[in-house]
Amino acid sequence: MTTYAMVIDTRTCIGCGDCVVACKNENKVPAGLNRDWVVEATRGEYPDLQTEFRSERCNHCGHATCVSSCPTGASHYWKDTNIVLVAEEKCTGCKACIAACPYDARLIMHPQGYVDKCTFCHHRVDQGLDPACVSSCPTHCMHFGMLDDRDSNVSRLLRERRHKVLLGETGNDPHVYYLL
Amino acid sequence: MKRREFLKISAALGAAGTMPTLLGGCAAKPLPGSGVVTTSPTICNMCFWQCAGTLYQEDGRPWKVVGHPDDPHCDGRLCTRGTGGIGAYLDPDRLRQPLLRVGKGGDQQFRAVSWEEAFDHIAQRMQAIAERHGKDRLALFSHGDGGNHFHRMLQAFGSHAYAHPSFAQCRGPRATAFALTYGESVGSPDRTDMGNSRCIVLIGSHIGENLHNSQVQSLARALDNGATLITVDPRFSVAASKSAHWLPIRPGTDIALLLAWMNVLINERLYDQDYVALHCNGFEQLVRHVQPFNPEWAYLETGIEPAKIRETARAMADAAPAALVHPGRHVTWYGDDTQRCRAIAILNALLGSWGRPGGFYSQEKVDLPEYPAPKPDKPATDWKAVLQPDFPLVGTGISNRLVERSVGADAFFKGWFVYATNLPMTLPGARDQIAAAAQSLDLVVVVDTMPAEITGFADVVLPECTYLERFDELRNKPERTPTLALRMPAFEPRYQSRPAWWMAKGIADRLGLGHYFPWQDLSEVLDWQLRQVGSSLDEMQKKGVKRFPRKGPIYFEPGRPIRFKTPSGKIELYSSLLADNGQDPLPRYTPPDRPPEGFFHLNYGRAPAHTFGRTINNPQLFELMPENAVWVHPSAAAWLDIASGDYVALENPNGRRSNRVRVRVTERIRPDSVFLVHGFGHTDGRQRLARNVGADDADLMHNVKIDPIAGSTGMRASFVTLKRVGKGELT
Repeated sequence: MTTYAMVIDTRTCIGCGDCVVACKNENKVPAGLNRDWVVEATRGEYPDLQTEFRSERCNHCGHATCVSSCPTGASHYWKDTNIVLVAEEKCTGCKACIAACPYDARLIMHPQGYVDKCTFCHHRVDQGLDPACVSSCPTHCMHFGMLDDRDSNVSRLLRERRHKVLLGETGNDPHVYYLL
Repeated sequence: MKRREFLKISAALGAAGTMPTLLGGCAAKPLPGSGVVTTSPTICNMCFWQCAGTLYQEDGRPWKVVGHPDDPHCDGRLCTRGTGGIGAYLDPDRLRQPLLRVGKGGDQQFRAVSWEEAFDHIAQRMQAIAERHGKDRLALFSHGDGGNHFHRMLQAFGSHAYAHPSFAQCRGPRATAFALTYGESVGSPDRTDMGNSRCIVLIGSHIGENLHNSQVQSLARALDNGATLITVDPRFSVAASKSAHWLPIRPGTDIALLLAWMNVLINERLYDQDYVALHCNGFEQLVRHVQPFNPEWAYLETGIEPAKIRETARAMADAAPAALVHPGRHVTWYGDDTQRCRAIAILNALLGSWGRPGGFYSQEKVDLPEYPAPKPDKPATDWKAVLQPDFPLVGTGISNRLVERSVGADAFFKGWFVYATNLPMTLPGARDQIAAAAQSLDLVVVVDTMPAEITGFADVVLPECTYLERFDELRNKPERTPTLALRMPAFEPRYQSRPAWWMAKGIADRLGLGHYFPWQDLSEVLDWQLRQVGSSLDEMQKKGVKRFPRKGPIYFEPGRPIRFKTPSGKIELYSSLLADNGQDPLPRYTPPDRPPEGFFHLNYGRAPAHTFGRTINNPQLFELMPENAVWVHPSAAAWLDIASGDYVALENPNGRRSNRVRVRVTERIRPDSVFLVHGFGHTDGRQRLARNVGADDADLMHNVKIDPIAGSTGMRASFVTLKRVGKGELT
């Protein structure tokens, strides 16, 4: 099993949304829908403030509840990895996966009636490329690689830097990490 | 009080109202890139940074644009707007054919005409103006390289006057101040060496929200390397959120802070004494000048604690000379902007950062010969001396002055060419003046890809094709590494749109000036130029970007004197040119105007999704940011009894009202200020996405302060109050 991870540095993310536009173009996502998005969270009171920007998407969980809840087997892991895909020809649009995802609207309904989501750009990963969002980011705040490889950029960053995941307590084992 | 705000800034999530078909059965989609993929080089035109990129098509359809890995402007990565560039090509609201104003009085409309009829009409009107008033009575307003072709055509005709609003509404004071101090300007792209800086100071510059690509990348690199960021801004900008020190300064008091920093650096002997002794002129005058301006004095003006002023000055000195006080870019704020930019230039000299790693590097471009063509005659009179004699230190046109000189029956200018700049939203508080000019001008030609407020004043509208459909001049900008880049058409021009060079040449032909354009196609010019430097159009169509060797060093050699292009040959801390021209030779602080009771400072800025008002209607970027919101501090919101999401109208003290705009209550702004992202509030109905969404800051500017040195328009001295607007009501 190969575990791919995305590591995003909140210290350099500026919330510019380039990742969102790059994904839309790369994956030809229909107008009005996005597979990734940016969240801004500000804490404190003027003038003692902290603002964090986070580029968010599917967490490609090791224990993906969207996969286990799918009645038709459309939601599945790609090859022997943690990359969660939807086989559109098997998807009936029942939305069980949407309800099962703890990350709130990680999955979107394609106009053609199936659930569409971030694929970690597995078509690029297959060619040894980074996902489109990562390779477009103008601050180089996004990193992608294999957790199994101790020498990978993502492994090194997670060893060296304080980080968090979103809703780790669900036990879903998410693989998008945020450096603090 | 809400301690945490949580905002999805690119929403559009969820099912978006679409009903799924209930049964599956659609075939598996082919993966992106599995079809026939072709590529071609381009230079992005989504802003002025001009990053080189590659356009991808799949199965003959546009797919994506990505940055060119060899390009120093982008380092392989385009920004948000560049990535959304295909939206400019696909925008269904583009100008489609030449339009001619027909009818008189109240019943005017545009009629679609042929290019021949449009050119004939323009040439006829130009000749009539020349006969009645003189050949020098046409002005060019331009933002972008395509304007050069019209400049050439107009010069050949005898009209040399031009203005780039990027001077008097943006960089003018910076260019002027750095030229006065160092004998050279900062350039574009800026020659800041931020990637190597150990300390970076931003004075109201919100890098990150203004997505000047390589600047943003080098700032991120500096942060990764542990550089100390100091941000001076009334708003908790994105850069402020990355900063070790945020100084939420009282609006308009930056010069007081800069003087206090100089005071600390000098009195604590923290300045670079060797550098100042070797390179600078006027240090003794500066020492005397800054004595009254200690941090305690500055505290009363700026609201920044004296201890903080000292701490940040010492942080700069610790990092010097790899300490960069960033010169900013849009710097036309309070009317004393050249003085503020001079203070920034002087502070950098005290830190010894000009010409040093982590400060400012020396730029070079490729020595590219011009295509052999007749040169237009020099004008008989210097139009700048005639039109702007009160700004002798300015070597370019001042757009607001050119507009002033276009109003009324006895106005100097009788015709305008406006290339890719939407003047009514670009010049502050000038809509009425532009409308008045349009009444007295005999000819207004507007060249653009999109309809906008300015096209509404045109006699002739010429639809330009987008950057993905045309050749343009080779990009040869000053850079760290001299570099050429090519923009070439990936697509045939849609509709009847055409490139600017083709239009300018066509008009020149009609005027009997065709010999100034002695070629059939711009690609001939590019190929000839490229062959002079050992390349060719063929090679560049394959490569897109080509780097050339530098000739000189990128930084000063230690201890070696430099001959600066100033009157003294030194860095002029004390400016003899300013003294000779009756201006303050050392930066003087002028306290800013204060808002009347119930009003707020109107602050404005950029957002990474958009370039001014030019990209709002781009379908991809509109989706990312479809409207602006007015930022209001919670205490002000409570006083006004408004909440996030409410609609308000902004009103200035003269009663000028904005379109309705949503409120964003946030801790990220001073209680005495409001903030808007510039570029929204389009009123032209032909931009079907952008029309009537959000508010336009420029139209609310009632207190425009003209800089006495640069002639530029101070745009941050205006005030607004907020008026509730009922649900669904359009103001």
